[in-house]
Amino acid sequence: MYELIVIGGGPAGLAAAFAAYEKGVKDILIIERDQKLGGILNQCIHNGFGLHYFKEELTGPEYAARFIDMIQQTTINVLLDTMVLEVTENKEVHIVNKEQGYQILKTKALVFAMGCRERTRGAIGIPGSRPAGVFTAGTAQRYVNMEGYLVGKKVIILGSGDIGLIMARRMTLEGADVLACVEVMPYSGGLTRNIVQCLDDYKIPLLLSHTITEIRGKNRVEQVVVSEVDENRQTVMGTEQIFDCDTILLSVGLIPENELSRDANLELDSKTNGPFVYENMETSIPGIFACGNVVHVHDLVDFVTAESIKAGSSAASYILEQENEPTQFLNIKNGDHVTYVVPQKIREEKIDRRTELFFRVNKVFDDSQILIKSQGEILAKQKKSYIVPGEMEKIKLSKKVLDKVTNGELEICVEEVSRV
Amino acid sequence: MKKFICIMCPKGCHLTVDEDNDYRVSGNSCNKGVKYGKAEATNPIRVVTSTVIVNGGNNQLCSVKTADGIPKKSVLEAMREINSVQLKAPVKIGDVAIENLLDTGIDVVVTSDIQAS
Repeated sequence: MYELIVIGGGPAGLAAAFAAYEKGVKDILIIERDQKLGGILNQCIHNGFGLHYFKEELTGPEYAARFIDMIQQTTINVLLDTMVLEVTENKEVHIVNKEQGYQILKTKALVFAMGCRERTRGAIGIPGSRPAGVFTAGTAQRYVNMEGYLVGKKVIILGSGDIGLIMARRMTLEGADVLACVEVMPYSGGLTRNIVQCLDDYKIPLLLSHTITEIRGKNRVEQVVVSEVDENRQTVMGTEQIFDCDTILLSVGLIPENELSRDANLELDSKTNGPFVYENMETSIPGIFACGNVVHVHDLVDFVTAESIKAGSSAASYILEQENEPTQFLNIKNGDHVTYVVPQKIREEKIDRRTELFFRVNKVFDDSQILIKSQGEILAKQKKSYIVPGEMEKIKLSKKVLDKVTNGELEICVEEVSRV
Repeated sequence: MKKFICIMCPKGCHLTVDEDNDYRVSGNSCNKGVKYGKAEATNPIRVVTSTVIVNGGNNQLCSVKTADGIPKKSVLEAMREINSVQLKAPVKIGDVAIENLLDTGIDVVVTSDIQAS
């Protein structure tokens, strides 16, 4: 019987396990399906990680190594090359690996830190023939950065998510010709800094409000047809451009990986595709916590670390204090222009003085204000310049504001403010 | 006036640099923006990250970075240099892969550990 099992040895799992250990939980197991700890950070060889948490700029492998070193100084157990097949509601963890075969492990508490995976061509249904040469950007990143294979020479990138932008630069540096980055929305899905240093620096055109309407090729990709789309994301006839290329990289979104959450009967949020969580990252099942990209897709690993420390510490309190869970909670609603909010539920009794909410918006705002409402009444507001869908926003809620909520429901809205 | 988007952190401040006024930077929210704006208007630099072949290790590649920014115009030449070296396992984070890259005074350092196989 373990005290805590953490599923996933990426940045979320490592930070959660370490935080729980620091709080006094000693009997911890991390289960990782890859052959080493660190998760996707190992293939993210670019820099820009750690500015918030370590106050310096690190590459992905360096960021991971810091946490792996911290874990190695503890008595935390690690199982590598091990797949979790199922987690039951009463916290039995079914695993399989080469050495031990099939095992059922028992634990007092769990942290789900399985991360996310990429949307594929099938998920977005690009028309055309089905030749080789269509990769998700992250798969290409693993081939190039870890296995040493350049996946193509003439490349089109679909989607302007961060991994796509990073791969546009990476492929260029390794000698490939990146012809364009094509984005269906009128704005980029990636961080502004990545547009500048990955596309602009190498004069790679970013085609906004454009998409791939046909893939051509017999064995390997030969041509791609790109068309403009209107405000309803419908193809505009007569705007077709044909690119001769051999490779398409897809950076069209990430999906939290929640098969285990579903099996365990955790309540899921259809907006985030992750489990509902309370203010302390506890899910709908007491003693099962979740953090990182399995809950909602983050832009920065530093924020994953912060969230996971919260989850790990909360798991430690659950294990060590065994206090009764409060039954009263507030529901957080997605108001105007807000696509999701995490956490989705808040238990006031669990909050000392304030709590943090993370959310995303559905359009670009130059000047805006964030409104906290309950029953249509504005309880608090905060001015904010420049909010974009590609970047997660954060607000702090004080207990004073929460006290004003009368009907158990809180709404987060964003509205445009005209510049004076 | 030159306009840049600061890349020193993910915030991406919109900077304006006044070349006629001692490269005065506005639009920044911290001091890094001042440094970046001035450098971008005079001598833009970039940190280059890539991989290097490692022989005799548990993985055939290790990741590397320039220990500081190098002139933006030298990035592609730097890549040719980085692709021409091979290391011998074991390598550790911080090991120098290339000393004084292209006479910039900046080293290329290893950013992932590879054990000898």
